[in-house]
Amino acid sequence: MKQIITIIIILASTLSFAQVDSTLFKRQKTETTQQLNMDAVYNRPFLSYGKLPVSVGGYAEVNWQHISTDGISEGHQFQMRRMTLFVASTISKRIKFLSEIEFEEGGKEIAIEFASLDVEFQPLFNLRGGIIMNPIGAFNQNHDGPKWEFTDRPISATQMLPATWSNAGFGLFGKNYQNDWMFGYELYLSGSFDDAIIDNEESKTFLPASKNNTERFEESASGTPLTTAKIAIRNKYFGEIGLSYMGGIYNTFQEDGIVLDGKRRLNVFAIDYTTTIPKTNTFITGEWAWINVDVPETYSQQYGNKQYGGFLDIVHPVLKRKMLGWEHAVLNLACRLEYVDWNVGTFKETGGNIGEEIWSVMPAVSFRPTPQTVFRLNYRIQRQTDILNNAPEKTGGFSFGISSYF
Amino acid sequence: MNTKRLLTYTILLFAIIAMVSCDKLLPAAPANEEVLDGEIEGLAPEQHAQFLRGDEAFGEVFTSAKGLGPLFVTNSCVSCHAGDGKGHPFTTLTRFGQTDNTGNQFLNMGGPQLQHRALTGYQPESIPNGATFSKFTPPAVTGLGFLQYVTDADILAMSDPNDADGDGISGVPNWIILNDFVIPALDAITQNGMYIHRFGKKAAAYDLLDQTVGAYNQDMGITSSYNPMDTHSGLSIDPEISDNTVRDVVAYLQTLKAPAPRNQNDPQVINGKSLFNQINCASCHKPKLTTSYSPVEVLSYKEFYPFTDLLLHDMGSGLDDGYTEGNALSSEWRTTPLWGLGLSPSTQGGQYFLMHDGRANSIEQAILLHGGEAENSKNQFLNLSETEKADLIKFLESL
Ligand code: HEC
Ligand code: HEC
Repeated sequence: MKQIITIIIILASTLSFAQVDSTLFKRQKTETTQQLNMDAVYNRPFLSYGKLPVSVGGYAEVNWQHISTDGISEGHQFQMRRMTLFVASTISKRIKFLSEIEFEEGGKEIAIEFASLDVEFQPLFNLRGGIIMNPIGAFNQNHDGPKWEFTDRPISATQMLPATWSNAGFGLFGKNYQNDWMFGYELYLSGSFDDAIIDNEESKTFLPASKNNTERFEESASGTPLTTAKIAIRNKYFGEIGLSYMGGIYNTFQEDGIVLDGKRRLNVFAIDYTTTIPKTNTFITGEWAWINVDVPETYSQQYGNKQYGGFLDIVHPVLKRKMLGWEHAVLNLACRLEYVDWNVGTFKETGGNIGEEIWSVMPAVSFRPTPQTVFRLNYRIQRQTDILNNAPEKTGGFSFGISSYF
Repeated sequence: MNTKRLLTYTILLFAIIAMVSCDKLLPAAPANEEVLDGEIEGLAPEQHAQFLRGDEAFGEVFTSAKGLGPLFVTNSCVSCHAGDGKGHPFTTLTRFGQTDNTGNQFLNMGGPQLQHRALTGYQPESIPNGATFSKFTPPAVTGLGFLQYVTDADILAMSDPNDADGDGISGVPNWIILNDFVIPALDAITQNGMYIHRFGKKAAAYDLLDQTVGAYNQDMGITSSYNPMDTHSGLSIDPEISDNTVRDVVAYLQTLKAPAPRNQNDPQVINGKSLFNQINCASCHKPKLTTSYSPVEVLSYKEFYPFTDLLLHDMGSGLDDGYTEGNALSSEWRTTPLWGLGLSPSTQGGQYFLMHDGRANSIEQAILLHGGEAENSKNQFLNLSETEKADLIKFLESL
């Protein structure tokens, strides 16, 4: 119910703007230099109106896909993947509110991805409370479609790590810069995962399974907090490196005071790196994460206790000039490399390697008439093994998409 | 923008559209004879639709919310029968508690099947002291509709309980009392109220419904109206899947295609085939059977090539685990159909795990494990020259 009310209020506030002549909106300049991945929620093109302390924004993604797995294809698919609205407001000096609401699959799924109140005491010491995005890796917080050259989100970020993963919680964050260096940290206590990560229809240890549990915004399954912490360091020449950790007890180990099971932990470590090679302007970003989950002894190895995986995007601008009438258009060549092993280890019965692995290479061409809008064409070459490590399923095909802030 | 440039862009755009619409650039399907899964050709549209529903149900993953367990072996049919082919030691199950035709002595201690996995908060089963057990590696489930419609009369005609022909091979059906939800075939033959069962390693399941209901119940702890007994409490509970789903899965199994043989014109394969007959492998692994009437037209009055007689044979002490089902002796096993044999590694993680418990890691090892009624045949195999052995194995791989 609370959710619905929030949505209505936010929608009403955005709608009331919609009645205003849109040319009166002023596009706010986003700072692009002094930013870390963790600042992504604020580092977005917002529109503001006159002196109103509220600004709005959002993005939408539409795709066309023609993909086949071992000769079986769903044919041509047209998808409105998602539409996201942001509303930010400065409530008073040093108190800000920002929210992000996502509509997926034509409105079938509505999620508050982010809705938090930030209170600044000092640049190095800010308090944040509300629905926060856990800062694990870089993608989870920096997930806006228009920022990427690929129609699909990275497999490791959405099918291993649960992007977009947000929870009700509190925490601290801060930032400091000196000369060519910048340092940032975040530390949150929030709602957590639940038993679904090892009891789900994917039939494998699957952190995103907990996203289906919207109760988590009201009640934590384990009754214990999930701790997420990240530090990031950025150097003007070297780029940005982030180290993050997320962990806590995920299972409902007691109910109504009756102990059902031992406390079972889940730990995630991630490293992310982003840089732009100065000479060529080639942009490189990637992250890698390790997960370990305490799976009950009574389970089979179907649900693995170790996972790892990541992605690397390489984006190289080949043309930067006036194109088709846009002054600063850019044409990029890009490639994404991905890998996930959902079940690291060997079978107790045979000593053979447990499969459940995926590899993908995705060359791409993207065209950006302006930084806020991207047209992208990808070709996916993907191999996925089943748990027994039989010959991999081959997936491949094209996707074309447009993603833009509005 | 000048017209020349516009033209270039337009041509480029069309080139891209042409490229991305082309199916040639997408991964192709593997050749039909290289995979085990797929439906029999010629199904009517409603049979095809039911096949697809059954396929989906066969792949359905059960969770605690959907009724899994609380005690179970695994959580979906497909996790044991991946690609409709044979399974792996990881999915091999264990049965215990019956040594002869007096029945299972450990039914009140979790028998006949070991559910060695459990939801949190429950204790999985272990094999009780004094119980003998056997491990069963999942068999392929292809072509079962054809086996279903071989008449009892045909099966009996292949059996030779007293070895009247003196070839050392007898072969008997497994006569068992029907489960109450099973409806026998119209032309079923009975003996003292018992019926010929034909599916499973000990031929202890009457038909595909019998096998499917048992699998839901014993492998996953999923109750149905056919068998509402919860494996943990031993009491009846609400059905956790619908009758329709069970029927769809049965229809799916029934209309899975028969594995298609490969390389049949290879001279080695042709020679191997005649050796197979010559050294009496074919006495048990009957190359050709025929179906009688079936309501599914594509299964009616068909010849097919499963390489089994659906009968039990005493395979000697080496394969006697001291565990049995129905009226089989513990040393008796149903002749394994050899169709699809060469494709086994494609679902067993690239290796062979043959014989009832997967103990053989090659076709040759499987042959060498034959004893009892097959002792003679095995010895003849041992007497073959190396090239003859290679030809025979090449033939078996082509199935
Ligand atoms: C834990 C692994 C496992 C699961 C899960 C499983 N099976 Fe099986 N299946 C086996 C084994 C082992 C056998 C041999 C059983 C026997 O001999 O009684 C078998 C036998 C069969 C057979 C008989 C094949 C033949 O050649 O006689 C059919 C049909 C079958 N299973 C269907 C299913 C269906 C349908 C499901 C899901 C409802 C299922 N199985 C789930 C392991 C499994
Ligand atoms: C007396 C009957 C009999 C004869 C003769 C016989 N077999 Fe078998 N065969 C069986 C039975 C029964 C099994 C299953 C045994 C088990 O599961 O432990 C089997 C299993 C096999 C298997 C393993 C199949 C699998 O999928 O696990 C192969 C291969 C095989 N036989 C080949 C042969 C060959 C080749 C010959 C001739 C040299 C032969 N058999 C002769 C009865 C026979």
